[in-house]
Amino acid sequence: MATQQQQSAIKGAKVLMVGAGGIGCELLKTLALSGFEDIHIIDMDTIEVSNLNRQFLFRRSHVGQSKAKVARDAVLRFRPHINIRSYHANVKNPEFDVDFFKQFDVVLNGLDNLDARRHVNRLCLAADVPLVESGTTGFLGQVTVHIKGKTECYECQTKPAPKTYPVCTITSTPTKFVHCIVWAKDLLFAKLFGDKNQDNDLNVRSNNSASSSKESEDVFERSEDEDIEQYGRKIYDHVFGSNIEAALSNEETWKNRRRPRPIYSKDVLPESLTQQNGSTQNCSVTDGDSVVSVMPSLGLKNPQELWGLTQNSLVFIEALKLFFAKRKKEIGHLTFDKDDQLAVEFVTAAANIRAESFGIPLHSLFEAKGIAGNIVHAVATTNAIIAGLIVIEAIKVLKKDVDKFRMTYCLEHPSKKLLLMPIEPYEPNPACYVCSKTPLVLEINTRKSKLRDLVDRIVKAKLGMNLPLIMHGNSLLYEVGDDLDDIMVANYNANLEKYLSELPSPILNGSSLTVEDLQQELSCKINVKHREEFDEEKEPEGMVLSGWTQSPATNGESAATSNNENPVDVTDSSSGSETASKKRKLSETEPSNHNKETENVESEDDDIMEVENPMMVSKKKIRVE
Amino acid sequence: MDGEELTEQETALYDRQIRVWGANAQRRLTKAHILVSGIKGTVAEFCKNIVLAGVGSVTLMDDRLANMEALNANFLIPPDENVYSGKTVAEICSDSLKDFNPMVRVSVEKGDLSMLGTDFFEQFDVVVIGYGSRATKKYVNEKCRKLKKRVAFYTVDCRDSCGEIFVDLQDYKYTKKTLEEMVECELNFPSFQEAISVPWKPIPRRTAKLYFAMRVIEVFEESEGRKHGECSLLDLARVLEIKKQLCEANSVSESHIPDILLERLITGTTEFPPVCAIVGGILAQEVIKAVSGKGDPLKNFFYYDGEDGKGVMEDISDSFTS
Repeated sequence: MATQQQQSAIKGAKVLMVGAGGIGCELLKTLALSGFEDIHIIDMDTIEVSNLNRQFLFRRSHVGQSKAKVARDAVLRFRPHINIRSYHANVKNPEFDVDFFKQFDVVLNGLDNLDARRHVNRLCLAADVPLVESGTTGFLGQVTVHIKGKTECYECQTKPAPKTYPVCTITSTPTKFVHCIVWAKDLLFAKLFGDKNQDNDLNVRSNNSASSSKESEDVFERSEDEDIEQYGRKIYDHVFGSNIEAALSNEETWKNRRRPRPIYSKDVLPESLTQQNGSTQNCSVTDGDSVVSVMPSLGLKNPQELWGLTQNSLVFIEALKLFFAKRKKEIGHLTFDKDDQLAVEFVTAAANIRAESFGIPLHSLFEAKGIAGNIVHAVATTNAIIAGLIVIEAIKVLKKDVDKFRMTYCLEHPSKKLLLMPIEPYEPNPACYVCSKTPLVLEINTRKSKLRDLVDRIVKAKLGMNLPLIMHGNSLLYEVGDDLDDIMVANYNANLEKYLSELPSPILNGSSLTVEDLQQELSCKINVKHREEFDEEKEPEGMVLSGWTQSPATNGESAATSNNENPVDVTDSSSGSETASKKRKLSETEPSNHNKETENVESEDDDIMEVENPMMVSKKKIRVE
Repeated sequence: MDGEELTEQETALYDRQIRVWGANAQRRLTKAHILVSGIKGTVAEFCKNIVLAGVGSVTLMDDRLANMEALNANFLIPPDENVYSGKTVAEICSDSLKDFNPMVRVSVEKGDLSMLGTDFFEQFDVVVIGYGSRATKKYVNEKCRKLKKRVAFYTVDCRDSCGEIFVDLQDYKYTKKTLEEMVECELNFPSFQEAISVPWKPIPRRTAKLYFAMRVIEVFEESEGRKHGECSLLDLARVLEIKKQLCEANSVSESHIPDILLERLITGTTEFPPVCAIVGGILAQEVIKAVSGKGDPLKNFFYYDGEDGKGVMEDISDSFTS
């Protein structure tokens, strides 16, 4: 197999791997076995127990240590003479600038969050370094190749952004279990145990009267000597009882919807729990790691079991009690963490009680944890297959075998007999704002939207810029950087709070903005159109960005159900380049199950590197994070 | 079989994969006993995958003495003579595999597969023959089919940048998920002998050429008394001769099998690690599916070719003639 030319191309190559998790471990191993001798690897994550089912370079004793470093050490053990350089760092750090990327012959991504992928995509474009992208979820996976000017860049086809839900659905009219989870996690849990200074929509109601909302605020305050169980029941009755009753009083809301039923603790639970279950001192503390949990004391052993209303209610109250009894110091500073057993128990219970109230099917702790924690289901085999495919593409890139580049899809069920389906890469999308510099159009209410909204929702969230710079004509409206003096910073902060039409250089209908990220070397033009009204349900952000979704290839059809022509030319394997041209294939459907499956969820592994998400505390939108 | 619960430790460790295939499937996996022979790169990958998946036990067979050559494409063998000298490949791999998942029982069995009786194979739920000769594959497959208990049988072979997997699940009942519900299905697999004896003429034109090429190589190695991969370009003439004979016997033209493909298969004697990862991954997925009884199994051949990048399933049984 390995010709001389191939061997020397591999031996002399300098490769960058981004991500040392599921795909990363398999990839590093395969690269080393294939003869690669100079590999750099970046990962900011540390090892967790749940990684060990597939990230085979790690052992239990490594939990807590740097993934990049341990992966390096493990691989050196069977290939001691190669060079592996590990970075325990966030790939978005300024040290990984265009010059850093330029030193590599190819970049291989083993990430599973959209944000970092877009960032790396831009740096590879700026450095003109080939990028091999990949992703897996369960049994599905894909590998794609991106060469500046020759193929699509990673962003030529839009990837679905993480799901968001309108506020009213979460606060008042849930119809799915995930709505209840978001309510329990981002509203109730946050209100009870999180930062008190954060805005919280928990008590938002359609008929907001000043006095009733003040009462609601007081309910959540707990006085020093207030009995914890009484407090818990008070909260329970408030959120599941009186809040629901208040919501019911608004007839309009329920005209075409199923009415929720109020639930009060006295109807579900015995008068005093302490008599039933003993004091909270009986809670189980396991592992010496003091994993605080209520399930054992309630006799609930199986996380896959469905709890009834009573059991959920017990968990709710007991979990709340346990937070106050054992973790008092953390109250006021907690954020939901899927690895926090007690938090998961509480959120599961709360979501289930709410679901019961609204007639939505209940879920087990196992299921709830997956939803609340955005857990990506993952197995070793798919990662191994994808890693093999990545190396094969990487070698083609190094040999400059341009005609042989392929996007390869790993399917769960064969489509036209194919389990591994290669298709030719597409040409760059001329409408791609990242690699083809096409201007975007933003519809926004310039009188009611502030610059901050534009920066957070559009520039950072949608355009994926980290350190943006916003210019209107010659006027610099906003920028970030270490080298700014206090006056400038104050000036920019002031600008953030101004309505667009009231900025020193007013942004009005027809204005044209330039937004840039110097690190990513990305510059975009945005043409602004003023619009008065936005649909609260369909356009919850109050602004619409277009011009970044204009790719003609269809998305959203899975290969397994597709009846279209097999995009791959199924002739002899020995035939030459039948379609040497890489024209955009308009009539064919890409098996884009990868779009739905692998991109839609934030990772649990490389998740720590996620940019602080301003949407979490937005008044207008709640996102499942 | 699905009586006992998974332990807390198992649930925590296997959380991510339980979300893929469910707790029941995981329970079945922890009770499965796998026999693996012929541990080169692809099979090493396979073993790593099933050990991580948490099978009950893995029994390794490979009496070759570990040496520098065995290291190629096999990350289970540390490149330290002090460690591997004097040990068999199976022994070294066993030590490494135990490390990946202490909950899996990994052991070594010495001896020649083709000398073992039916009783031996009864202890297993799955048998995987790596890089076996045609005779060995036939022999073991027949033994497995003789047993009352259904033993899932697989062969795997990687040469150059190609790979072949063969699957025999005999009479296989399983469930699969459709959009609305769980459906019960049944498939009937031909034996290894039946699958390689299918007349070539009725087989559809678009069938992977590798199927035919591998049959030629099988005959070559058997008639010349060679072990797997014991061949070179010097053998091409003989191989092409055999191809001619087989094509004639099957009334198909010689263009049925590209010469260049045969040339690749006999010259590419060292394994290509990316292909090992790919084929080892597919094989492991199949074994996991068969043990859990969930999901459409591969029926009955799988081919991967690094040249065109396709991973294709071929259903080769004598139904073509009926």
